[in-house]
Amino acid sequence: MPPHPETWLRVTEAGLWCEPGGFFVDPLRAVDRAVITHAHSDHARPGHRHVLATAETLALMRERLGEERAGGTQQALRYGEALEVNGVRLWLRPAGHVLGSAQVCLEWRGARVVVSGDYKRRPDPTCPPFEPERCDVFVTEATFALPVFRHPPAEQEIARLLRSVALFPERSHVIGCYALGKAQRLIALLRAAGWDRPIPLHGALARLCALYERLGVPLGPLPPATVAGKEKLAGAIVLAPPSAIADRWARRLAEPLPCLASGWMRVRQRAKQGGVELPLVISDHADWPELLATCEEVQAPEVWITHGREEALIHALGRRGVRGRALHLIGRAEEGE
Amino acid sequence: MPVAAGMSLPAFAELLERLLFTPGRAGKLALLRGWFDSQPDPERGIGLAALSGELRLRTAKPALLREMAAARTDPTLFALSYDYVGDLAETIALLWPEPEGLTGPPPALSQVVGALEAASRADIPGLIAGWLDALDAGGRLALIKLVTGGLRVGASGRLARLALAEWAGVEVGAVEEVWHGVAPPYEPLFLWLEGRGPRPDPAGAPVFRPLMLAHPLEEREAAALDPAEWCAEWKWDGIRVQITGGPGGARLWSRAGEDISAAFPEIVAAARFHAVLDGELVVLRGAEVAPFSDLQQRLNRKSVTARLQRDFPVAVRLYDMLFDGAEDLRGLPFAARRARLEAWFARSRPARMDLSPLIPFESMQELARLRAQARAAAIEGLMLKRRDSPYLAGRVKGLWWKWKRDPLTLDCVLMYAQRGHGKRSSFYSDYTFGVWKEGELVPVGKAYSGYTDEELAWLDRWIREHTVARFGPVREVEKTLVLEVAFDAAQRSRRHKSGFALRFPRIARIRRDKPAAEADGVEAVAALAAESGAAPR
Ligand SMILES: [Zn+2]
Ligand SMILES: [Zn+2]
Repeated sequence: MPPHPETWLRVTEAGLWCEPGGFFVDPLRAVDRAVITHAHSDHARPGHRHVLATAETLALMRERLGEERAGGTQQALRYGEALEVNGVRLWLRPAGHVLGSAQVCLEWRGARVVVSGDYKRRPDPTCPPFEPERCDVFVTEATFALPVFRHPPAEQEIARLLRSVALFPERSHVIGCYALGKAQRLIALLRAAGWDRPIPLHGALARLCALYERLGVPLGPLPPATVAGKEKLAGAIVLAPPSAIADRWARRLAEPLPCLASGWMRVRQRAKQGGVELPLVISDHADWPELLATCEEVQAPEVWITHGREEALIHALGRRGVRGRALHLIGRAEEGE
Repeated sequence: MPVAAGMSLPAFAELLERLLFTPGRAGKLALLRGWFDSQPDPERGIGLAALSGELRLRTAKPALLREMAAARTDPTLFALSYDYVGDLAETIALLWPEPEGLTGPPPALSQVVGALEAASRADIPGLIAGWLDALDAGGRLALIKLVTGGLRVGASGRLARLALAEWAGVEVGAVEEVWHGVAPPYEPLFLWLEGRGPRPDPAGAPVFRPLMLAHPLEEREAAALDPAEWCAEWKWDGIRVQITGGPGGARLWSRAGEDISAAFPEIVAAARFHAVLDGELVVLRGAEVAPFSDLQQRLNRKSVTARLQRDFPVAVRLYDMLFDGAEDLRGLPFAARRARLEAWFARSRPARMDLSPLIPFESMQELARLRAQARAAAIEGLMLKRRDSPYLAGRVKGLWWKWKRDPLTLDCVLMYAQRGHGKRSSFYSDYTFGVWKEGELVPVGKAYSGYTDEELAWLDRWIREHTVARFGPVREVEKTLVLEVAFDAAQRSRRHKSGFALRFPRIARIRRDKPAAEADGVEAVAALAAESGAAPR
């Protein structure tokens, strides 16, 4: 009998600890050896002595955290390439969440665990798609684990945005979005929908967009929103962090029409907070059907849930004969996504 | 952006959602114009009826929808979802399982309305389920709201008609005049507005006629007026209304053209005549007009209890006469209309109505004196009407003036600030201020106007730099900034801790020069309230 993953992959105060391998996955505080699924700040913390991740994630970490704090030594691993760490086999599979995002696959003495990090199953022009890997334990998040969360096709939401731009040609549509991943995906979606005008950016988004371009994701012209005059911004689609869209920064825009791109926008009460006038349901996380379909595809008899709405997911998995277990990992953002 | 006819329900759902999330009036109007522009008949008219509250649908109970959803979902997941979303209709719309494979195209509004009309009670669940299967979440929510009669979108009928007028490039008055002669889906109305058909005939139906409004008058402009050319009357502090009586029945209309008959049945019952009258709705105790706060007890109600009718007896103080029988008097000079009104009133003596008296005066100085002496809460100031002015819709300059009495002022201390809406959403623009009471500040009112753009920017910056606590969107500030607050009257009130409420408070000045300790106390408010309560003249 292969050893049950419970016996060798444990929840500690610092996060998920692979005992025989001697490393953590997405640790919550600085550790000796960390394997990082993706560069979002609730997964990629500063100050680890050694960091293993995809080359893209490492580059994004250096940009966000600075060379000093992005890991004493950094080791890049390609998707699908396997590594032995103290007898634990380790490889990465694309998670389809943001550029560089990976599922961490671990095998020890014949038992296999997949730690998926954050993931989605929708196509995303800025990163490779999620690849399911069969396993004995699947570790998943449950941010949108309620049947009310079914993200509409992102293209449909972009079409709604463009209809609004046509209806209010004198206003700037300013979309609040997460700086890493969401911003670049929105830009790529807009480009795919034929929007080839410059997309002015808030300063907080510029560096990561430039890095995406250097990593081979073309985004088109992205001038800083700070220098253009008000008249130039009439009819523009502008991207900014969510905190900026209804605050002082937005005053430089032409009659800003605040939009927010997030999976939470599916629920009106959430959307009504913060003065959003055009909620766009665009998420980089799996929705309810994607969560269930993924758990089924990987065929794991057991699913561990890091954070989110575990109650509903455990209930639904139970009815499918799968054992669900809540890890209650603290420190994961309820996705300011 | 033309939208296919069969798509009208999803398009309507999108319109509803945008209206709900758009705070500004200009934005709402643009959305509505877009609807009239993009939709064919009869879809655009059905949408208009739904928004104006004139769509009469056979409705389903929310419980039926809940049953239908429950039969299709796991009870635990339903409960968890409802708990999270908080609203039943929205939960059902979001949760409704989307069938795999092909479903029909989403229904048009006209299909929904037509099918519900023709269906037997037993068919209704099946019909609704079929539509829900073919719609996305937004469409499902719109459908549920439509069939349960729960459509509330913050776009009034008046706003929809204004958008319709803007879209067609006509005065809103022209639309109002024919509005009650047409019925959903208003095809003759659209034909006429597009220049493809005759003007619909309102016939004997009660019709709201747009009101004539006045411009504010400044002291120095008043001095230049020739007293011989003008009539003066008191500006009563109630709400402006229009009464229409005729063969088609009687109605009471608000100044914006909303039918408010149901809230004031005693007025409608008294309107057993054939005429259109303009006046002020007030609470009248004997001959005395009660303060506005009394009238407020009767406003914004769908219906009214006998007790409210007894405790807050309403009446209309008549200003003007637009129609006498079928005769349109609006082209006559004011003086002639006034004579017709007086003669008609003497003849018909309607209950619950009296005439707003004309004020005799020899000179503008005398009038200014009368205005300065008027301190009754029920009087807002004076109205000046040119003797030769016809009755014209809207605010026509130079014919009617409102000469409000000088506002009262208090020096108050800023206590809390909240962000505004729409264009002001990035500014702290709503202020709660207080006065001293036994060494403590107590709130006395809220204001969100009166300041200039520069003052607003200055206040916004000051508030951000002097915040001591936050509660959601509200900031509590250091109690050091004095604001001079202007208002029309002070009344006793239990709503505020100070025991007083101010009428129409606005920020008159920022008193950076004044230390907070020297701001007014509650005794000053009491004195002004006593003064506002004094009898007229
Ligand atoms: Zn993430
Ligand atoms: Zn995360």
